[in-house]
Amino acid sequence: MDSQLIAWILAAAQGLLFIAAAPLLAGWLQRVKCHLQNRAAPSVWQPYRNLRKLMGKRMVLAENASWLFRATPYIVFGATLLAAAVVPLVAVHLPTAAIADMIVLVAFFALARFFTALAGLDIGTAFGGMGASREMMVAALAEPAMLMAVFTLSMTANTTNLSVATEYLLHAGLVLRPSFLFALLALAMVAVAESSRVPVDNPATHLELTMLHEAMILEYGGRHLALIEWASQIKLMIYSVFIVDLYFPLGIATDFSAASLAIGVVAVTAKLMLLAVLLVVWETVLAKMRLFRVPQFLGFAFMLSLLGMLTHVVLETGI
Amino acid sequence: MEFASLSLYNQAIILFAALALFMSFIMLAQARMMPLIFTFAWQGLLLTAVSVLVAITSGHPELHISAAITFCLKVVVIPWLLYRLSVKLNMQYDAEAMTHPTLLLLGGVALVIFSYHVSQSIVHLSGLATRNTIAVSMAIELLGMLLMIARKSAVAQVIGFMSMESGIFFAAVVSTYGMPLIVELGLAFDILVASILFGVFFFHLKDSFGSLNVGQFNRLSEANQTMPTADAAEPRPGEHA
Repeated sequence: MDSQLIAWILAAAQGLLFIAAAPLLAGWLQRVKCHLQNRAAPSVWQPYRNLRKLMGKRMVLAENASWLFRATPYIVFGATLLAAAVVPLVAVHLPTAAIADMIVLVAFFALARFFTALAGLDIGTAFGGMGASREMMVAALAEPAMLMAVFTLSMTANTTNLSVATEYLLHAGLVLRPSFLFALLALAMVAVAESSRVPVDNPATHLELTMLHEAMILEYGGRHLALIEWASQIKLMIYSVFIVDLYFPLGIATDFSAASLAIGVVAVTAKLMLLAVLLVVWETVLAKMRLFRVPQFLGFAFMLSLLGMLTHVVLETGI
Repeated sequence: MEFASLSLYNQAIILFAALALFMSFIMLAQARMMPLIFTFAWQGLLLTAVSVLVAITSGHPELHISAAITFCLKVVVIPWLLYRLSVKLNMQYDAEAMTHPTLLLLGGVALVIFSYHVSQSIVHLSGLATRNTIAVSMAIELLGMLLMIARKSAVAQVIGFMSMESGIFFAAVVSTYGMPLIVELGLAFDILVASILFGVFFFHLKDSFGSLNVGQFNRLSEANQTMPTADAAEPRPGEHA
């Protein structure tokens, strides 16, 4: 009974840590990127300041905005929050991890994206509709690749629960599985596309003709915009933690003692910082691709995850 | 069933085999000439690594020799020959316009499934830990063939041909610990001669047709030369529209 209570408190604490740390990851990413590109870097706390500023602003709503437009930021934030509760950040075996598996995690993102696209259409501006159609195109191609990569992992771990899979991989030690390598590459490509980073989308630009995600949320302001931006920062963090958990699970806490939790926090911080540096290098080296090249990019990701699944069947079974 | 119970050497062999297959897919997706040649060299390097690892685990020291031959030919000599050729023909920055790139990749995946299905019947005859990679070697061959079919550029077709030969060599290494050395030497020499002959052909093709695109080979070079003049506007007999 008592340990159950501790587990729930820890789960809540981990969820809070997740949403509290997401802007920090975005700030770190921005800072490293500025340093790499020889620009003056903002403080890592800048995303928090932006969010506070947006929270304090007066709301401006379009006249023809329906309830859908007003409800969307809360739905998006709520779905992202639920997704964050499923992903083990510091410790595995938390009770919230049993809520949903990796497939539901993908569905949470799909739900958030669906409502964002509806809200983009709701106002009736040209950019909203354009952004919604583009986002849906990317999503329709990225989702199968993501699911195939997830299936590849779950075929090895024999589960689709992220927490159980992480623990399995933690105990498996060093196994050179080709299917994991392909699934990792596919996941990384999908994560880049889904969290609107270069080369699929550029989060820093507000150039009308090239933007995807930004075009949909162009009409939002104040509190609503703060929630949506926060949700997209959490989403980036979820994808990063997802990749880190599954491929480098070393250091994650498997029991709830203070020492292993502390190690878990330190390990995940170090791993996320490193991953962010890799992402920055990737974003600096590559240029944003044309919109009509995106299907090819995501088609390659799908091919990779399919190849991962095939190598699992061909090479890793029946030995 | 237990992949994790294999030794790390055998795991590495399987990993490198999968990566070599992946290089075949990259070659299918790669439209530019220089990266295509470099990817071919990378595939050769992976094959070298596989044969060195097989030599270590199986205790067949003569496989080191065939690994050395592979390294010299597939990583150094042939890529260097192709590189020098494409620089001389001034086509090192060329990119091919590919129709249906994603469909091509999915066709490649279908070939992998096919070769898995076909090799199922021979895999259980072998007792080696690496016997599952027979399907991969077959897939590398078929993907090389697909590359030859799908590409218009003669250089890409030559690379497809070479990668088919890589697949055959790979199949020999993983299924029977290598061919007899005399066969291997002969094959390697064949490939070397072929690459030199292809080089000579490239120059002649470029001279006669002005292009290495095989889609234009049905045109006569005289027809091309007289094309700019005014009276060449009307279709001449024998020329396809």
